[in-house]
Amino acid sequence: MTSIGLGHYLTLGAIIFTIGVVGIFLNRKNIIVILMSIELILLAVNINFVAFSIFLNDISGQIFTLFILTVAAAEAAIGLAIIVVYYRNSSSIRVEDINSLKG
Amino acid sequence: MLAHSLFFYFFSLIAIVSAIMVTVSKNTVHSVFFLILDFISISSLFIMIGAEFLGMIMLIVYVGAVAILFLFVVMMVNVAQQKNQWFSAKGSSKHIPVGIIVSVIIFFELIIVIGGWKYKPDLVTAMSLNIDKDISNTHSIGYVLYTDYVHIFQLSGMILLVAMIGAIVLTFRHRTGVKRQSYFSQISRERSDSIEILEVQSNKGVKADD
Repeated sequence: MTSIGLGHYLTLGAIIFTIGVVGIFLNRKNIIVILMSIELILLAVNINFVAFSIFLNDISGQIFTLFILTVAAAEAAIGLAIIVVYYRNSSSIRVEDINSLKG
Repeated sequence: MLAHSLFFYFFSLIAIVSAIMVTVSKNTVHSVFFLILDFISISSLFIMIGAEFLGMIMLIVYVGAVAILFLFVVMMVNVAQQKNQWFSAKGSSKHIPVGIIVSVIIFFELIIVIGGWKYKPDLVTAMSLNIDKDISNTHSIGYVLYTDYVHIFQLSGMILLVAMIGAIVLTFRHRTGVKRQSYFSQISRERSDSIEILEVQSNKGVKADD
């Protein structure tokens, strides 16, 4: 068992990022789980930033992680507000039913 | 060093398994719980490698605010019974191979990038803000955050303000049929359109609704 280096943390970030992407691709039922997958993707980015910051001995990565945290919180609040409004209007938030834009 | 490796593998295994469970869990409430477990294990990793401030902030912001917000919304819109079954859903089976292929390609691209990083040791020297080992992690973040990054800091405050106003405006509902106090109509009320002096003739009376 070798010592834990930068590559381990970056691989962990890559795995969690990929799981988030899979969650967005394969989820056809529930839009809240899609929002949670977006949170997972942002978390993976945070892991990469913090790992680089520690292993390169540079504090600015952690500062940027702080800002990503801020944006993620704002995004979650806005997304959930949109979901609540949509559910109030159409009483369903299934991904299949959200097709009013015909996209 | 062995303890560090053991803790890393322990927490990262929990993080990966719970991230998988977030996406495949049948019940949305369970997905939120696994999301909380994921955040906790990742913040333990952050604390372990020396970013204590960010680990604690992640516990407070993500577990304390964002995940609880998700939990509230899941319970409000009542999707807990609405099953999240992307394996057995009809019509979604054609998405699964495409999604798997695309995500495997993304994963291997990321791994290739990480592998290429090992052969570029000269990039490591490009650093500007060194971490001072004598002061704590919170001190070093604070020294930089309020001096070099103060404009971005205030901009993130503006983002939070806009998000707050947006969430309030989106979810605000004006109910009809509810009697409310209207300050404007109270203040702008004049004597001339409230009171009327009538000549009351004897034995006739006055109709009150006129």
